[in-house]
Amino acid sequence: MSALVSGRTGDWEIVIGMEVHAQVVSNAKLFSGSSAVFGASPNHHVSLVDAAMPGMLPVINAECVKQAVITGLGLNAKINKFSVFDRKNYFYADLPQGYQISQFKHPIVGEGEVQIELADGSSHIIGIERLHLEQDAGKSLHDQHPSKSYIDLNRSGVALMEIVSKPEMHSAEQAAAYIKKLRSILRYLGTCDGNMEEGSLRADVNVSVRKPGEPLGTRTETKNLNSVRFIMQTIEYEVQRQIELIEDGGAVTQETRLFDTTTGMTRTMRGKEDAHDYRYFPDPDLLPLNFDDAFIADLKKDMPELPDEIKSRMVTEYGLSSYDANVLTEEKEVAAFYELASAGRDRKITANWMSVELFGALNKAGIDLAQSPVSPEQLGGLVDLISDGSISGKIAKEVFADMFETGKDAKQVVDEKGLKQVSDEGAIISMIDKVLASNQDKVDEYRSGKDKLFGFFVGQVMKASKGQANPGMVNQILKQKLDT
Amino acid sequence: MSDLLKMTATQAVFSLSQKEISSIELTNAYIDAMETTSALNNYVTPTIEIAKQMAENADKAYAAGSAGPLAGLPIGVKDLFCTKDTQTTACSGILKGFTPTYESTVTSQIWQSGGVMLGKLNCDEFAMGSSNETSIFGPAVNPWSAKDGAALSAGGSSGGSASSVAAGSALMSVGTDTGGSIRQPAAFCGVVGLKPTYGRCSRWGIVAFASSLDQAGPFTRTVGDSALIFSAMAGHDSKDSTSASVGVPNFSDVVNSSVEGMRIGIPGEYHMDGMDDEITRIWKQGRSWLEQAGATIVDISLPHTRYALPCYYIIAPAEASSNLARYDGVRYGNRVDAETLDEMYEATRAAGFGEEVQRRILIGTYALSAGYYDAYYLKAQQVRRLIKQDFDSAFNNVDAILTPTTPTAAFELGAKISDPITMYLNDIFTVPANLAGIPGISVPAGLSKQGLPLGLQLLAAPFREDRLFSVASAIETQAQFSLAPARAAGELS
Repeated sequence: MSALVSGRTGDWEIVIGMEVHAQVVSNAKLFSGSSAVFGASPNHHVSLVDAAMPGMLPVINAECVKQAVITGLGLNAKINKFSVFDRKNYFYADLPQGYQISQFKHPIVGEGEVQIELADGSSHIIGIERLHLEQDAGKSLHDQHPSKSYIDLNRSGVALMEIVSKPEMHSAEQAAAYIKKLRSILRYLGTCDGNMEEGSLRADVNVSVRKPGEPLGTRTETKNLNSVRFIMQTIEYEVQRQIELIEDGGAVTQETRLFDTTTGMTRTMRGKEDAHDYRYFPDPDLLPLNFDDAFIADLKKDMPELPDEIKSRMVTEYGLSSYDANVLTEEKEVAAFYELASAGRDRKITANWMSVELFGALNKAGIDLAQSPVSPEQLGGLVDLISDGSISGKIAKEVFADMFETGKDAKQVVDEKGLKQVSDEGAIISMIDKVLASNQDKVDEYRSGKDKLFGFFVGQVMKASKGQANPGMVNQILKQKLDT
Repeated sequence: MSDLLKMTATQAVFSLSQKEISSIELTNAYIDAMETTSALNNYVTPTIEIAKQMAENADKAYAAGSAGPLAGLPIGVKDLFCTKDTQTTACSGILKGFTPTYESTVTSQIWQSGGVMLGKLNCDEFAMGSSNETSIFGPAVNPWSAKDGAALSAGGSSGGSASSVAAGSALMSVGTDTGGSIRQPAAFCGVVGLKPTYGRCSRWGIVAFASSLDQAGPFTRTVGDSALIFSAMAGHDSKDSTSASVGVPNFSDVVNSSVEGMRIGIPGEYHMDGMDDEITRIWKQGRSWLEQAGATIVDISLPHTRYALPCYYIIAPAEASSNLARYDGVRYGNRVDAETLDEMYEATRAAGFGEEVQRRILIGTYALSAGYYDAYYLKAQQVRRLIKQDFDSAFNNVDAILTPTTPTAAFELGAKISDPITMYLNDIFTVPANLAGIPGISVPAGLSKQGLPLGLQLLAAPFREDRLFSVASAIETQAQFSLAPARAAGELS
């Protein structure tokens, strides 16, 4: 169990469960041929089926089914070869059919799990209850006209995966780690783009509190959170609110709440008494979904490597620290960049250069990895020059800054600026001799026991070489000359 | 003129292909008949100009030797099929004025086969009714008259489709059957009505009533005509997930195949208490006709028959309550404006839906509600499986089942509309086929003492419409039924 929260009457345990709606990456909507791409003008991606015209019928999009199964496999979940689409009936202006086609009793994916790591290095397994396919609704725009609402049906019918966790998270940090990890897995699988701002990934968060060892408390559900920060804020706010409420002698009401992004608080959306009776029943327009083991095996064959697998490979094969491996696998693009940049060269040096210099520069410039002026191959080129002794680490930083600025290759920068490291023994000896000759007094002082002056000589030689002398060789030869 | 109306579709195709008549002549005869029989209120949206255009095209196709199997045949369409650029209302106030931009699969297959569209035919609102009296346009009237002369119901829900074919204002027509909506009006009007196997004809573009039960089918004057048009209507459609991937034979080839050696089941459970003597008589008559034609009669049992009607009146309204949610005044159809969204829904749906439709939405909503679902909908689905099993095991033993189509002949308009339960009892013999998904056909067998048509129903195993056609045509041959309603456009046989 994780951290308890202390209240006036003692410690409280937090219990969190999450329902995540992930938009399926697909060519078309779940039951119609319309495009599912975000960003078109209102009502431009709407077929007769999406608008629920009379006599229109849904036809399942096989690609969405595959994506759901792939996701299930990625969550180590039970794949249900038999599943059923049900109608969830309710009236709303942006729900053209008057029902949402969803899966109620027989979801396509059953129990699975997600492993999360926390900042303290601990790792936890969060259980997945189920994953089912369902249609998204359209969008109501209430701010376009003083008395009317406008409806945009572009999203109506787009395929969503609802991924329901077990109530097994116990802190905002765990919840954040869970959604981040889930998002990462979905992005690695290519089944959801994970874009929370555009609404491709949204979470309903169930929160309750209880005294340790007691049965589950009454929960509230806060709907439609589209950022990790909002999820954490919601949990923190709800936990405080519920504890205060109970400690003041009140009781938590089971209800649906909304998060206000401006105040950071949640408020009642509808109570239990206003809860819809969705009148679920199997959609008679659709046959149950049936597939065989071969269908699953086929998808399994083409499964991409997932972050946990890549991470353990990076630790065992590349010798990276668990921390570095974590940083490099959180985002699919980062891992791909790293694999390219480090292929065939020193994995550790590349990892360092990527997580320190490259990320630092990107951060400072406020841009994504995708927009990096330094390509994986170019970063690899820089690492090569370091590894073969052409440049020192210090020079490399200068070279990198130039590469980041101009987009040039490392070698080009080194050549143009004449930064190549001097490893020629004769040249270094002659530079050292010059430095020693012009500082005879200091040489004497050193020899009479002032060891600290060694650094001074190194600095003078490096200065004389404009920083290009191989520092290891300078150290070694200097020591020989001074100590004999 | 009357000679043109007398032709069956099969005869008309022959005469058209021999250039003895033109499609425009034939079509004009039917357009005139639509006019002279307009008091029957069969057409809610006549499409005269479209009909003439299609007839001209058919004549050109005959001239070019490229005529399809239905080329030049004047056909009416139940107003439940969406027809491109032609108003489609489901005979409901909520859709009055709605014009689809698309054509249902079944009708587009008919037009592709060369059929000529005469217009949209009257029906019960959203196909909910057994007398065509729930239509926003008022009832379609049966062209037959009882001896006392009272106006009779054409049956329902496809009343206009049955009445027009019987009255000679359509050579053939299409309708839909959810619980008997083709077979019952066909029996009332003295024509042949086929409800195909569920999944045989695409439901795409047909205004949905109860999705797991709805099926399109034809109305014709002969069994041969039924096979002709059905061959054009049937077939797999990738736009309907419940449409079956089953090959469609040319059913015209099997119409006159012999029933000799066939085993025909007579289900004991269809003897209802208080059933009209005339119905019992015509049923016995049918049985002996088939015996004479060489079939073997077998007494069978369909033990769950008595649960079919209550089961149907849970499942059909439950599905309807959900299917009709889309008529909300937001995107199309009629809207009654109000202050809030909920008030707009309430006002729109209260004004747009008639009493029977509202009743069924309420029943269905109730049946699906939390706490009632298991007791009603789930139980009904379980019973439905038992009913299907009854038929499955019966068809292990027999090739077809013979029953009456309806418990009575056509009744007077207004006689039952105020008593929904009595009205629902009309479907007692037809509903089981919908629940089981099996095909059924009603074929006119004779007249009641009042001089009204009586129909016999044949049922067969899924996708065995071929058997229905051969047994029905055996009955047709022996019955020598004369289609002679008092209010027809002319002599029809």
